[in-house]
Amino acid sequence: MNPKELSTTAKNTWCPGCGNFSILNAVRSVLADLDGEGYPVEKTVLVSGIGCHAKIADYLNVNSFYSIHGRTIPVATAIKVANPDINVICFSGDGDSLAEGLDHLIFAAKRNIDITLVLHDNRVYSLTTGQYTPTSPTGFKGRSTPDGSVEHPINPVELMLDAGATYIARGYSHGIEQLQMLIRDAVLHRGFSFLDVLQVCVSYNNLYESYNKWTYTVKGNDTASQQEARRIISSWNYDRSDVPIPLGCFYRVDSPRFDQHFSLVRPDVAERERRIDDLLENFI
Amino acid sequence: MTDDRTEKDITDTMGEFSVLIGGIAGDGINEAGLSVSRMLSRLGYCIYMYYDYPSLIRGGHNYSLVRASRKSIAAHSDRIDVMIALNQETVEKHRGRLKETSFVIYDADKVDGAGLTGCGIAVSGILEEAGALPVMKNTCILGGFARAVGIDWSVLEEVLRKHIPKRLEQNLLVARRGYDQADSFCTLPKNPILAQGRLHSPASPILSGNQAIGLGLIKAGLGAYVAYPMTPSSSLLDFMARQAGRFGLAVIHPENEIAVMLMAEGFAYAGVKAAVGTSGGGFCLMAEGLSLSGMAELPVVVVMAQRAGPSTGLPTYTAQSDLNFIASAGQGEFPRFVVAPGDAAQAYYWSGVALNLAWRYQVPSFILTDKTLSESQYSFERGAAGEPVEASPLLWDGSGEFMRYRYTESGVSPLAFPPVKGQAVKTDSYMHDEKGITTEDASITRQMADKRLQKGRSLAAELEGYETVQTSSLHPSRTALLCWGSNQGVCREAGERLGLSVISVLVLQPFPERRLKEALDGVDRLIAVECNATGQLASLVESFGIPVSDRILKYDGRPFSIEGLLSELGRVLA
Repeated sequence: MNPKELSTTAKNTWCPGCGNFSILNAVRSVLADLDGEGYPVEKTVLVSGIGCHAKIADYLNVNSFYSIHGRTIPVATAIKVANPDINVICFSGDGDSLAEGLDHLIFAAKRNIDITLVLHDNRVYSLTTGQYTPTSPTGFKGRSTPDGSVEHPINPVELMLDAGATYIARGYSHGIEQLQMLIRDAVLHRGFSFLDVLQVCVSYNNLYESYNKWTYTVKGNDTASQQEARRIISSWNYDRSDVPIPLGCFYRVDSPRFDQHFSLVRPDVAERERRIDDLLENFI
Repeated sequence: MTDDRTEKDITDTMGEFSVLIGGIAGDGINEAGLSVSRMLSRLGYCIYMYYDYPSLIRGGHNYSLVRASRKSIAAHSDRIDVMIALNQETVEKHRGRLKETSFVIYDADKVDGAGLTGCGIAVSGILEEAGALPVMKNTCILGGFARAVGIDWSVLEEVLRKHIPKRLEQNLLVARRGYDQADSFCTLPKNPILAQGRLHSPASPILSGNQAIGLGLIKAGLGAYVAYPMTPSSSLLDFMARQAGRFGLAVIHPENEIAVMLMAEGFAYAGVKAAVGTSGGGFCLMAEGLSLSGMAELPVVVVMAQRAGPSTGLPTYTAQSDLNFIASAGQGEFPRFVVAPGDAAQAYYWSGVALNLAWRYQVPSFILTDKTLSESQYSFERGAAGEPVEASPLLWDGSGEFMRYRYTESGVSPLAFPPVKGQAVKTDSYMHDEKGITTEDASITRQMADKRLQKGRSLAAELEGYETVQTSSLHPSRTALLCWGSNQGVCREAGERLGLSVISVLVLQPFPERRLKEALDGVDRLIAVECNATGQLASLVESFGIPVSDRILKYDGRPFSIEGLLSELGRVLA
């Protein structure tokens, strides 16, 4: 399948140079490739939250549930439980999943539900014109913190390691080949996949220069080792802009999944009637 | 006590009697009340059981009030014929309920029998001798109760064998000792219950309102139930979780009610019929998801079991104070269905209807109940209010391009669920076009709003074929009682005794204005009976130009008893 077949006629309203274009292009080519490899595109559902990132649902001619702020994961969880053959991919922002919907994110990892979450981590609320988010560094001067944020950022990949995610990786919107590989791996991984994407917002938090200088790709790391993953993950805590920032896959293990525990085979009408009668007999 | 008085009181209460069993939380009072109910049900009586308990795990005072009648009932009586007291507090708290002819079966090791007419059972001694667990004291005293009121041992044995299979032999042993001791020591008039004549109708299942709701939803094709525990809805989650395997349900208890609502909507998108359950505080968290249901046209059933608010309020006590909230929750304008069943049979039928209508019109659908209906026990007359069926929603026929929000005459767009080869199924919380792509276009915005409201009109038109307002009266009367939800039972009984018609409004949205006005033909005085402090149904009815003369309101967390309502009506009608 040509990735262009997955476009819609919706007008793209991201700013020129937005890091979201890279994620869109990477996802489109991954889905097109997978379509020819036994993962037909109609068996993919995209779930997005609210924010600049979420517009991706309108730009892909793929099944989608354009949800509300912070609420991708519960929707995705139910879709997966309802239909285990479907690949469910959430697109979420750092405000979306780490502030408004943090409880859902932790529970997705805790349950190891077989869905993927791509975090468009631009470290700023952009659609509401520039406020600090849970991954903004201390001192971030946003519209709600004109004197600088006094909070420390959350390290979402570390949080996911603690919470039980079974695939954890970080990409960068300026490295599309790596991004494609990580998205593909995350989607094919069976279990909860968390992909943090350093996505540059050119309008409110342009970190291209800093990221270009400090990011590097980890190589040869043992992704089955939680200890090694923790060492890599904690080497950058989202607060500093003067230390190396690791990219790549940090952790990948197999573990029992939430979606394996359901059998939604309902008895037919006659059998259901018989079972209701039996049940009522127990209440006499 | 003389036999004369016994006969007189039985005549007074017209073939019915009430049993109260009380003790501390942890004594198994709810289960003991159910055992009493099951025995009496086996004698052919109709049962209603109210269970009163504070919000704690152990200690505190719990009691079950079992009322048995020859007629179908859905209300409790303040006065009791038999008290089963597992502790002194039960006697102190409920002494005022006793009639001259009433008698008390009590734990002689815990309760001071002086001045009580009745029969003490040496429960502690029996338990000790049998090496039984303390919780078996209620089984023991039920033995005493059965013998004292003249229920055959075989009836109690059957109930215990069926419902208390855990440590059965020991339970049977202590029950039998209690039974024998009552025989030895009791000097009560013989067979006060059987004196009314053994009835011949077969025993009915005894179900709580929540269980009836669960069965109605299952019957109509429910595929998933999602809930976070909150009294008085939690017992529905318990029921669904236990029945999940039997009926192929996905039952999920997620992190909070926000996730609950959104999961139900994920199921709806995938084509699985889902319901959620909660009480007021939990529903507050669901409100954002409710509005999503309105915009994205995702069908969802919400079982909303009211309790006394505001805020945490009285967690284990009843109220009908969330009607206004439910009727208007969620930002923006969108149609919804709201039904408030009055008893278990109606809960069963209307829950199925609620599920079908949610899917036929792709709207949120509420089953509005309260602690009284959700947790009381009823003799379940299946089909008495109707039998739910599984209806299919409007499905896409597969021709042309699939448009999730296609304009139609009824406002309802045909559904498809992923995977569909060659089609993208898109749903959207933003204003969207027919395909489901976000838009801010003024004309589409107006058309889509019209489409959603058109669904509400189509839903209202279908509801013309349902008994959305029910009137009961032996004779037409110019004064009528107006009620909704669990007050239906108590209003019908009070109305019957006073010769007043009772108008029960089952469907609250879309509001059945025409049917209510028809029901009011010939009525010139309407008395609203509600468990809230403002008269929310009365105000709603008045907004349709229907005057309500009086409001009898109860907002202490306790349901109306027959005597309580009769007394209020006496005051209003004087």
